[in-house]
Amino acid sequence: MARKKQLLETAETYVSVSMKVNGVPCSAKIEPRTLLVHFLRDVLGLTGTHWGCDTGNCGACTVIMNGKSVKSCNIFAVQADGAEIITIEGLAKDGQLHPIQEAFWENHGLQCGFCTPGFIMQAYWLLQQNPNPTEEEVRRGISGNICRCTGYQNIVKAILTAAEKMKR
Amino acid sequence: MYVRSFQYLAPKTVKEAVTLLNKLGGEAKVIAGGQSLVPLMKLRLATPSYLIDLNRVKGLDYIKDQKNRILIGALTRHAAIENSDLIKEHVPIMAEAASHIADPQVRNLGTIGGSLAHCDPAGDWGAVVIALNGEVKITGPRKDRVMKIDDFFIDTYQPNLKKGEILTEVRIPKPQPNSGGAYLKLERRAGDFATAGVAAQLTLDVDGVCRYAGIGLTALGPTSLRARKAEKTLLGRKVDDNSIEEAAEAAAEESKPTDDPLRGSAEYKRAMARVLTRRALKLALARATGGGA
Repeated sequence: MARKKQLLETAETYVSVSMKVNGVPCSAKIEPRTLLVHFLRDVLGLTGTHWGCDTGNCGACTVIMNGKSVKSCNIFAVQADGAEIITIEGLAKDGQLHPIQEAFWENHGLQCGFCTPGFIMQAYWLLQQNPNPTEEEVRRGISGNICRCTGYQNIVKAILTAAEKMKR
Repeated sequence: MYVRSFQYLAPKTVKEAVTLLNKLGGEAKVIAGGQSLVPLMKLRLATPSYLIDLNRVKGLDYIKDQKNRILIGALTRHAAIENSDLIKEHVPIMAEAASHIADPQVRNLGTIGGSLAHCDPAGDWGAVVIALNGEVKITGPRKDRVMKIDDFFIDTYQPNLKKGEILTEVRIPKPQPNSGGAYLKLERRAGDFATAGVAAQLTLDVDGVCRYAGIGLTALGPTSLRARKAEKTLLGRKVDDNSIEEAAEAAAEESKPTDDPLRGSAEYKRAMARVLTRRALKLALARATGGGA
């Protein structure tokens, strides 16, 4: 028991985390059980990342962590200590929409918009992995994101358009 | 739901992780990719007091070519296996299987070691490592242990791990020339767990006689299962429509599916075990003989 107690004392109830979010260094003291999605939304106020199903299915909470797309409801913020995170707020530069955002707008790749930040972040990762995807590859690439409004047609169209735009 | 409060521990070496786990015992859970554990913690089906995070441990994330086998570190992500040239060259069935796991975001975090140690019969890696006759390396407070994958699965969510032990490596023997494999998975929708899945790996001699057959079943029993009778049916025989049909029948017979309100009755799953075994063997045969996509 003495050993266990010692370990308990070295592990604190609150832990300090620091990470770079959209290029800006951020740190806070949080409970280890804080999910990354809640850290981004509630601690940093970056509510563009949506908290959807909370079960790792819907993909609305997708962000980029150290260059890879992840579901931020399925990872604790403390695990992202030292990481570089990109959220939907990090895409537009100097008031200019990112080409993927433009393409979603132009192709009407959304209705209610709840799933959109997740789709756009997943598309961002997908197009980095594969700048020239086929329609099939786009559909596979977004298979971890769920949209309950549009039926995906315009989302797929938007991502294919974005791929074209980003080549220019 | 919010997960229960826990203390977070982030060891830097396997030794540190083992020491912590050995001291804390059942109050601790090890987290790798966390893609199964975090959802379980949210449902409060898992309520560890301590979480030991392996993600800061160096040297557990690798795919190595070692003579007649491939070594895969426990922390290797599904996406890394899916895209590895070494894997595609020697054990393409693993790249194929990886591409069927959940969805791209989950594959970016989820790990092969975590998936195997979770011992979910619906996890995809178990059947594949069985079909390839793989082994796992276990690191603990005492000597390392290496065991056949068959001996690692004790029961649902029950890996063969003693106090303080962590699965650290997966070892896959390289298939001989004239080999082919296939992993087929039936799912209700993209990214779902398998309703049923079958991994088949074959090696033929020059006359088309079966020299090796490995058949693993996903979501068709309390753990990932080896279809032993089906394998025996093929060994030493020419692999053709007849022997494949017999093997598919045997695999269905020895599967142990249960009724499940989400993914279908035991009877249905058994029927799917037959269909998927037949199809996986046909595809493995085509690939072993230089055909098939």
